[in-house]
Amino acid sequence: MVEAYKPNDLKEALELLAFNDCTIFAGGTDLMVKRKRWSGLVPSFEKPVMFISQLQELREVTEDNGMLTIGAACTLSELIDNELIPEHFKTVFRQMASPGIRNIATIGGNICNASPAGESLPLLYALDAEVVLQSSCRKVELPIAEFVQGVGKTLLKSGEMVTAIKVPKSSFTSITYRKVGTRKSTALSKLSFIGLAASDEEGLQDVRLAFGAVAPTVVRSRDAEEDIIDMLKLGSLDISQIIDDYSTLIKPISDQRSTALYRKKACIRLLVDFIINSLAREVVR
Amino acid sequence: MAMDISFVVNGKRVNIYGNPTARLLDALRDYCGLTGVKEGCGEGECGACSVLVDGKLVNSCIYPIAKVEGKEVLTIEGFRGTEKYEVLKESFEAAGAVQCGFCSPGMLMAAESLLRENPKPDEVQVREAISGNLCRCTGYNTIVEAVLDASIRGEGLW
Repeated sequence: MVEAYKPNDLKEALELLAFNDCTIFAGGTDLMVKRKRWSGLVPSFEKPVMFISQLQELREVTEDNGMLTIGAACTLSELIDNELIPEHFKTVFRQMASPGIRNIATIGGNICNASPAGESLPLLYALDAEVVLQSSCRKVELPIAEFVQGVGKTLLKSGEMVTAIKVPKSSFTSITYRKVGTRKSTALSKLSFIGLAASDEEGLQDVRLAFGAVAPTVVRSRDAEEDIIDMLKLGSLDISQIIDDYSTLIKPISDQRSTALYRKKACIRLLVDFIINSLAREVVR
Repeated sequence: MAMDISFVVNGKRVNIYGNPTARLLDALRDYCGLTGVKEGCGEGECGACSVLVDGKLVNSCIYPIAKVEGKEVLTIEGFRGTEKYEVLKESFEAAGAVQCGFCSPGMLMAAESLLRENPKPDEVQVREAISGNLCRCTGYNTIVEAVLDASIRGEGLW
């Protein structure tokens, strides 16, 4: 049986982390499955376990100067019920897992698990979220696309903990989120797509497109987004060019959930549908 | 390292000195003898182990006992004595929503969790609320019918 810690506040947690290489345990909905053994046996952990979901500092949602700060140990259900959380976040969270899991699973856990199918990730990439990392001696903020390095890999170092996620508040006139899975609930996605756009009287100002589960990390290209905006501004929409741009970025694999071919085709269709049915409409507005 | 963990199960105080990463499911079944809490998949997919922790539905197979310290757990055994349970039970019986019965305790806890938050759900909301509970017998329609029926017959209870 390994050592287990249940610190009372963040300071105590960070001090413990400074001297102990711990497995950080928030909701545990991924950890308990990965560590599960035969029925009736206690899940096995090699490193000391530190429970953090009781830390009040990690459970708060605040808004300050247009910056939304979400505590890493907020559960998905808590975020769905929180009035500071914008509706497009909730659309994503409501489609994650099932009610019982959403009551336990945390947003910080979904990020640190760094699964290609992590369902909060496309949203957070599209919103330019920053991950707040804290250790006993420092606090840094990293763009989520830098923090997540690959399948299950992040820049989290020993002694550090993700304490919050910061998202600049922005408003969108067009929001599309599609999770494609075998069933609606409790399914990991075959792929997911989020498309956000903002326009004003002068036309389309902002486009953000992100794809989940079709590459080791979320696919998002600012260059391609800029090209789309320019094309629509100039009235010279070249869909095959956009498809080409994204086809080189979307590199899915075949696994037990879906095939590479299906994933790629579905992504391209969702992309084209968003451009024709949402963006072109934004331009007409 | 073993930890002292104290919590309330169905109104009774329980003290366990044990491995904090042990599953709540095992503590309830083996230590408390509450075998209404079932293990299906053991990985949070099927909902057969659903219980309420501080009024919130959770899958007890992926919930370590360290996290239940100081909290209140309600299982089907604790829910059984209540008027709300009787209404749900009658509705499940009348609709034919119980066949093999393995999913029923979890299904009833999911229904109770829904009705506590939303005493007058529509069909979509009922389907969403039981979406984490698998049933291999009924095809779900009778269960949805039962929960809707209970919400009408049990008006004022939730």
